[in-house]
Amino acid sequence: MEAIVEIEEKKKTVAGSESVLKCLLEENVDTIFGYPGGAIMPVYDSLYKYENKLNHVLTRHEQGAVHAAQGYARSSGKVGVCFATSGPGATNLITGIADAQIDSTPLVCITGQVASHLLGSDAFQETDIIGISMPVTKWNFQVTSAEEIPYAISRAFYIAASGRPGPVLIDITKNAQQELMEFDYKPCEKIRSYQPYPDIDGNKIIEASKLINEAKKPLVLVGQGVTLSGAENEFKAFIQKAGLPVASTLLGLSALSTKHPLYVGFTGMHGNYGPNLKTNECDLLIAVGMRFDDRVTGDVKTYAKQAKVIHIELDPAEIDKNVKTNVAINADAKQALKLLTPLVDERSHEKWLKEFSACDDAENEKVKSEALFPNKGELKMAEVIHRISQVTEGKSIVVTDVGQHQMVASRYYEFDQKKSNITSGGLGTMGFCLPAATGAKLGAPKRQVIAIIGDGGFQMTVQELGTIMQYDIDVKILILNNSFLGMVRQWQELFFERRYSFTEMVNPDFVALAKSYNISAQKVTERKELNTAIDGWLSTEGPALLEVIVEKEENVFPMVPAGSSVSDVRLE
Amino acid sequence: MTMEQEAKEYTLSVLTEDKPGLLNRLTIIFSRRKININSLNVSSTEVAGVSRYTLVVTETKEHLEKVVKQIRKLVDVLGAFVYDEDQIFYQEIALYKVAARAFEQNGMIEKLVRNNGARIIALDKHHIIIEKTGTKHETHELYLALEPYGIWEFVRSGRVAISKSQRKTEAFIKELENSRSNKLSIKDF
Repeated sequence: MEAIVEIEEKKKTVAGSESVLKCLLEENVDTIFGYPGGAIMPVYDSLYKYENKLNHVLTRHEQGAVHAAQGYARSSGKVGVCFATSGPGATNLITGIADAQIDSTPLVCITGQVASHLLGSDAFQETDIIGISMPVTKWNFQVTSAEEIPYAISRAFYIAASGRPGPVLIDITKNAQQELMEFDYKPCEKIRSYQPYPDIDGNKIIEASKLINEAKKPLVLVGQGVTLSGAENEFKAFIQKAGLPVASTLLGLSALSTKHPLYVGFTGMHGNYGPNLKTNECDLLIAVGMRFDDRVTGDVKTYAKQAKVIHIELDPAEIDKNVKTNVAINADAKQALKLLTPLVDERSHEKWLKEFSACDDAENEKVKSEALFPNKGELKMAEVIHRISQVTEGKSIVVTDVGQHQMVASRYYEFDQKKSNITSGGLGTMGFCLPAATGAKLGAPKRQVIAIIGDGGFQMTVQELGTIMQYDIDVKILILNNSFLGMVRQWQELFFERRYSFTEMVNPDFVALAKSYNISAQKVTERKELNTAIDGWLSTEGPALLEVIVEKEENVFPMVPAGSSVSDVRLE
Repeated sequence: MTMEQEAKEYTLSVLTEDKPGLLNRLTIIFSRRKININSLNVSSTEVAGVSRYTLVVTETKEHLEKVVKQIRKLVDVLGAFVYDEDQIFYQEIALYKVAARAFEQNGMIEKLVRNNGARIIALDKHHIIIEKTGTKHETHELYLALEPYGIWEFVRSGRVAISKSQRKTEAFIKELENSRSNKLSIKDF
């Protein structure tokens, strides 16, 4: 009997901390973003031996780590991984986790925790991160003994990546990291209480195809669901066959090339004129992998009431949540489109498409011509984006922050390659861009990554310049500096009688700041210098920053004021 | 107002894996929308490792359906069902502590207990404890009747409910275990 016990003990050769890394390797992880601290030190100590197998990027703040993991996940299509210690390390992840939850980004966040005998005692750097992260994670789990590590991590990856993706947090107590265990890994393939891919109801596919074949004025809204299911080609085949005009949500951008003849623009609060206006004139609205966010719908009571609605959506909780549907197809976009396309008739809707062109003409006259081709006055954000779009031929990954520059970049960057748009949509997290761009570059090293940031958001996670410097991450950073929190200022101008309450900023010398991090930097104030500066900046080897001083009080139009009908989209 | 928009009492029955923390995961879905939970009961079921949460809430059907869909998304939730009053059998249990003196004075309390289908479960020189099982309305009726005699303490349990459906818990769980919907698959049609 004793001999058996001894043999059992001998099999326990791997420390919990090392098994964490072994699990990550089993899940084909190559990159981790993180920040060490007391409660996660055993894992970091094990990482020392794994340096040639796992690329760990030391960010300058845990928020930087989680946003970088998000950027990595979005550009690579893989699960983003980040490490943080207990207490403040863990709480600093929360903003990024909430962002990933609302924007469906697959993440596995691993936090250290105080030893299990100290749980609940207000020990040093103890926080109830399971309780805190519960409402913003797809799943979370606390590991208190080493044996649980493979179980927890295999589930974490399965849950994060399957179905509608999302963030998962695994909290590992220090004793569990230190204990020895017998390592055995089996990837998780099924959880009986979790059914990520519903069976498709064939009747719904037939009903949808009938509505599409009968429609005279159909409009498709493409969301991130198409990108997440890798359905770009299936989507293109579908809309081309049925001749359907396509508008994109913020996160749907780059799922279809902006140059596609059926692409009619960006929809939502600062989207294009046509897609907003025509939403309330179409006879059939086909939403694919999107969730009718209020920034898309404006007032839902007046949203597309004249139209029949088809909603292709993987998450059943999104169906009929904001907009009532006539036909709901609860399915992964790729699978649904594969079934639907053979049933739709080959058609074109030339006359209907021309109505969008007419809207474009109106938008060109009132908004675009002035924004893109001003010949006097201060520089405008749109002309900067337009030039970048031309130089890069719409082929770069564009990472944006939140605010006016984000809307302008989304409006004027002419995306021509899939998986190219990375932004904080649902949560609207200022400070997202700089760390997300570093992660995006590491997730897609062969592609050019451009970080487009306002002067406000840049300063929220500016410390990540240190990460860019240390790992020489080739990110091209553009600061559109108007010395204002521009979007809030715009609302103050339009809805608060120009009371600019705490939106004007006195900024540091961004060029000198970047240079102190050994990042080449340049500032442009004059229109005549712009093109040369952009060309030089984009062709610089390694990371480079370009600061462009833009008009202080520029407004982004068109605009659907919050709570208004999409029919009331304003051009000025 | 349509029926969909009218707030009324619904009973939710949620089958879950028996895991710590699930109560919190469930209730934050309600608190996030500022929905008050009228009563809550957690119990084991006839299937080992499976718990049943029974919640009573007053809400509009439309609103509640959105909540239930979000509950179903919880990884450890096996199933969530919403019932109207006429779709279930349900009971609540109430305990009343009344001064023994009041009981001794005349036979009124004993009569009340008998007429209300309640019973006396404890009796000492200071107080008596009465137990009554029934609907909230019925236990409240007895409360009102006892009130003049002075109620020292009163407590009522959460609702326990069993649906009138033909579903068997074990069969339902078997179906989940055999489901292919954890894999990306297309049902033939």
